[in-house]
Amino acid sequence: MIPATKPATVPIRFSLPIGGVAGTSFKPEHLPAILEAGSQAGFFEVHAENYMGAGGAPHRALEAIRRDHPLSLHGVCMSIGGPQPLDRTHLARFRSLVARYQPALVSEHLAWSTHETSFFNDLLPLPYTEATLACVCDHIDEVQEVIHRPLLLENPSTYVTFRESTMSETDFIRAITKRTGCGLLLDINNLFVSATNHGYPALDYLADFPLAHVEEIHLAGHAEQTDDDGNRLLIDSHDGPVADAVWQLFEIIVGQRGPVPTLVEWDSRIPEWPVLLAEAAAAQAILDRGQTASAAEDRRAA
Amino acid sequence: MRPEADLGFAALFAPSLLDPARDAPSTVAGRNGAPAGRRYDVYRNNVTVSLIEALVAIYPAVQRITGTDFFRAMARFHVRNTPPSSPLLFDYGRDFPEFVANYAHAQNIPWLADVARIERAWLDAYHAADEVPLAPVRLSAIATERLGDLVFAPHPAARIVRSQYAAVTIFAAHRDSAPVARIDASTPEDALITRPEFDVVVRHLPPGGAVFAASLMSGQPLGAAAAAALEASAEFDIATNIAGLIEAGAFTSIALGDAG
Repeated sequence: MIPATKPATVPIRFSLPIGGVAGTSFKPEHLPAILEAGSQAGFFEVHAENYMGAGGAPHRALEAIRRDHPLSLHGVCMSIGGPQPLDRTHLARFRSLVARYQPALVSEHLAWSTHETSFFNDLLPLPYTEATLACVCDHIDEVQEVIHRPLLLENPSTYVTFRESTMSETDFIRAITKRTGCGLLLDINNLFVSATNHGYPALDYLADFPLAHVEEIHLAGHAEQTDDDGNRLLIDSHDGPVADAVWQLFEIIVGQRGPVPTLVEWDSRIPEWPVLLAEAAAAQAILDRGQTASAAEDRRAA
Repeated sequence: MRPEADLGFAALFAPSLLDPARDAPSTVAGRNGAPAGRRYDVYRNNVTVSLIEALVAIYPAVQRITGTDFFRAMARFHVRNTPPSSPLLFDYGRDFPEFVANYAHAQNIPWLADVARIERAWLDAYHAADEVPLAPVRLSAIATERLGDLVFAPHPAARIVRSQYAAVTIFAAHRDSAPVARIDASTPEDALITRPEFDVVVRHLPPGGAVFAASLMSGQPLGAAAAAALEASAEFDIATNIAGLIEAGAFTSIALGDAG
């Protein structure tokens, strides 16, 4: 007798580092075009919450994507930056997605979205103080213990600052990486949006940012308004192509950090698949130049 | 020790998000300590608009019936009064049909809340757990004299929505952008929502069918469910109804109840 084995619904693979490849947000409307093109280089990122239903078409689509591509699981609603304890039910759902889909990258935000029982569906800002630092670190420790792997934490885009803040965002983020061992997701659009909104040079922020911990990069489009005093106010809208200034920062960062997985995010007014794919190809070209440059550097060092 | 008093920032930041009458919190600032003003409004706008969009995504037929401006105004009231309590937006809007039923400006569209109930059930079916529906052949294995004791396990996606209006026809006519023919709204229609595999299907139940299906789905044996359905409608036909429910994928399994 040959013992029957129960096939797993999703093949479990070890999620190896995926290196300097460009990926895109996965949007269900692109699924037919993606499947038609077959397996290709690159990875897909999904918002974890969209796949927290019990079953149905979303999981079928994600299984189809995961069969041929590395996946990045991007949490949006964990409220890691909030003062109240993490929602354990939500954390358990997040953990089951990590276990089921074996993503190559797992990330969340330095922000909060739930207060008491209300969920605000936005990435809300927090003050940078010793008290909030301790709280954020406790939350990240808890997430990492539950998912059994390091989390990548994303820098926020912000429109206001807190009067009570006692440290810079970069000092705050560096302290988090030291205390929790988490990695970082550097969102270059957020960096540029925040720098513009608060009136400091993006390169100054970059000079203070712990680049060595960056394991993923996000690129996205933004919209523009003005504040009450007529200052430029950029909005992290994810509804258009990546801005030139953000591409330039990306080249600089790849030059300094070397190539890391890079995602083109597009969440609203979603274009046809070829448009998004072309943005990813542009990112890949910059990553490839970074690859050549770091290889040349390695040869010099040898 | 963590100084808990220093963690009050969210309690001060949150209340103005959904209340346009409240000022931006004084704990936050723009450049050089200027009041946050329009900068805080970006968060208010993100929160309100994204939650309205969540309701648009759940209730597209309701929006098509009312028109976009009417829907967004109605949704804005609901979002401000009843923000989500879960980070899963596909779970949001459970109180919206009831809100629509009581919304003063929608009283001339009395079937609107029932269309909303069908759309909410549609989304629940869409995300429900995957289960293989009961195969019709299973029923033929049961001895005729035991049929009355048969108990059916409901499929996780199966839902029933009852309406005094032609809610199923109105729902179906407004879920996409095709032209809408004239509908007699006054004919009562009951909906059966199922998802045998991955596609959600909304069917119009025959007379007595909703009472029958609801009784079976709540665990009543077949005999009792049929009696209740006949009481509700003299036109009720058990053979058509049971075949229809099984074909629609309303159940996952059958068992003989204790009464036998």
